[in-house]
Amino acid sequence: MHQALSVSAVTTYLRELLESHPLLGDLWVQGEIAEFKRHAASGHCYFSLKDEGGLVRAVMWRSNAVRLSQLPRMGDLVLAHGYLSLYAPRGDLQLYVDTLVPAGVGLLYARFEALRARLETEGLFAVERKRPLPMLPRRIGLVTAPGGAALQDMLTILARRCPLSEVLVVPCLVQGERAPASIVAALTTVYAAGVDLVILARGGGSLEDLWAFNDEAVARAVFASPVPLITGVGHETDTTMVDYVADLRAPTPSAAAELAVPERDDLSALVWQSRMRLDQSVDALLNRMQADLANAHSTIERHTPLRRLARDRQQVDDLGRRLDRAVDRTTAMRQLALQGLVARLATLSPQATLQRGYAVVRHATTGHVLGSTTGIQAGTPLQIDLRDGTLAAVTLPLAEEESE
Amino acid sequence: MSNTSDVETYEALYGQLQAVVNRLEQGDLPLAEALMLYEQGTRLADACQKLLDHAELRVQELRSNEVYPDLDLEA
Repeated sequence: MHQALSVSAVTTYLRELLESHPLLGDLWVQGEIAEFKRHAASGHCYFSLKDEGGLVRAVMWRSNAVRLSQLPRMGDLVLAHGYLSLYAPRGDLQLYVDTLVPAGVGLLYARFEALRARLETEGLFAVERKRPLPMLPRRIGLVTAPGGAALQDMLTILARRCPLSEVLVVPCLVQGERAPASIVAALTTVYAAGVDLVILARGGGSLEDLWAFNDEAVARAVFASPVPLITGVGHETDTTMVDYVADLRAPTPSAAAELAVPERDDLSALVWQSRMRLDQSVDALLNRMQADLANAHSTIERHTPLRRLARDRQQVDDLGRRLDRAVDRTTAMRQLALQGLVARLATLSPQATLQRGYAVVRHATTGHVLGSTTGIQAGTPLQIDLRDGTLAAVTLPLAEEESE
Repeated sequence: MSNTSDVETYEALYGQLQAVVNRLEQGDLPLAEALMLYEQGTRLADACQKLLDHAELRVQELRSNEVYPDLDLEA
C-alpha cells in the first residue's frame, strides 16, 4: 500500500481499533498514581498510572470522579477500570477511567464497586423507586435455600408474628457457580406465582459464599420485581448488590421476616382500640341523651301547673288589692258627691224657704200641708210653721160665704 | 390453594369494623341504630380477634422452572 493516509485518518483508525478491542475496551489496570491533577473548573481528573516498567496517561471525568470517596495521591497503588483510547489532538494513548479504587482491596471488590457504580448510574438504586411494603401481606414469596436455618428462622418468625399471611417458598441454590441462574429462575417463578411481597434471603457465609448476590443478572432480576422485595443476605455487616437494589434491605433473614409482617399483638391492639371507640361512642350518645332528658325535665318543671297556680294566686291577690283600692276610691268619691247633694238639698228644704219669709200651713190634726182652699171649712184648726216657730190658728168664714 | 386468604378475610372484617366505628363516631344517630351498630362492631371485633388468635401459617412450596432440573437443592 503506497497511498499516504492523513494524520486524522490514522488517529481515527487507531481510536476505533482500540475502543472496539474486547480486552482494551473493558479492562482493569493496576499501577501507581503519578501526577494527579484535578481541574478546578471542570472537575475532571488527569493523572498517570505507572510501574517500574511503564506509564499510561489517564483521565477520569467529573461524573465518575464525584463518586471517589477521597482523591488519590501521588504514589498510591490503585486499581483503575475503564477503556483505552487515543486522544487525537496530542496523539496520546489514554485510559478513560470510570472506577478507581485502592489496589489493596482486591480485584473482587474493585469489580463489585465498578458494577455498583454502573447500576447506580442506571438508576437501579434510586431512592424514589423504593416502594413501601404492604401493611399486611397476603402472600409472601420466600426465595432462599431449602432446608437451611435461614428458612426455618423466617418461617418461625412469620408464624409467630403474623400467621394470617400465606407463605410461598421457592427454593434455589444460594452459593456456587450455578447459584445466580438458580436465584434468577426462582425469582421469576415467584413473580409469576402472584405474591404481594418477596423476601430474598440467605444465611451468613464468607464473602465468596455470598457472591451470587453480587451478580449483575441477580441484581437485575431483583430490580424487575413487580412487588416490594426485601433482602436479608448474610450478616449485619455484609452488603451485597441486591441489598442496594431491593426496596428494603434487612441485615439478616430473620430481620427480613420481622420487617415483612406486622406483629399479631399490634393488630390485636388495633382491634382493641376499635372496641374502645365503639364503647366511647355509645357512652357519649347515652350521656347526651341523659343530658337532653335532664333538660326536658327542667323545662317541664319551669312550666308546672303548681308554679302557674302560685303565679295566678299572686295575680288574684294583686287584682284584689286593686279592686279594694278602686272600691275605696269610689266610696270616697260618692261620699263627696253625697255631701254636695246634701248641701244642695239643704238649700231646697222648706226650712230655707221659711227663712226667706214664707210660711207652711198644715192641717193641725192630720199634719197635711194645705196647698189649696178647696175643702177647707171655717173653723179648721191650722198649724203655721214660720222661720222661728209654729203658730196655732183657726180659719174664719169668708165674705163670699156671707153673701151666699 | 385456598379461595380466600385469612388476610383478605381479616382485612374485610377490619375494614367493616372501621366503617362501623366511624359511622358511630359521627354521632347524630337514633339510639336504636347506634345500639345496632355497636352490636355489629362488637361482633366484627370478636371475629377479627378470633382470626388473629387461631390463624396458622400456611406454607406452600413451589419449585422454579429450573434451568437445571436435575439440581439437588438439598445439597
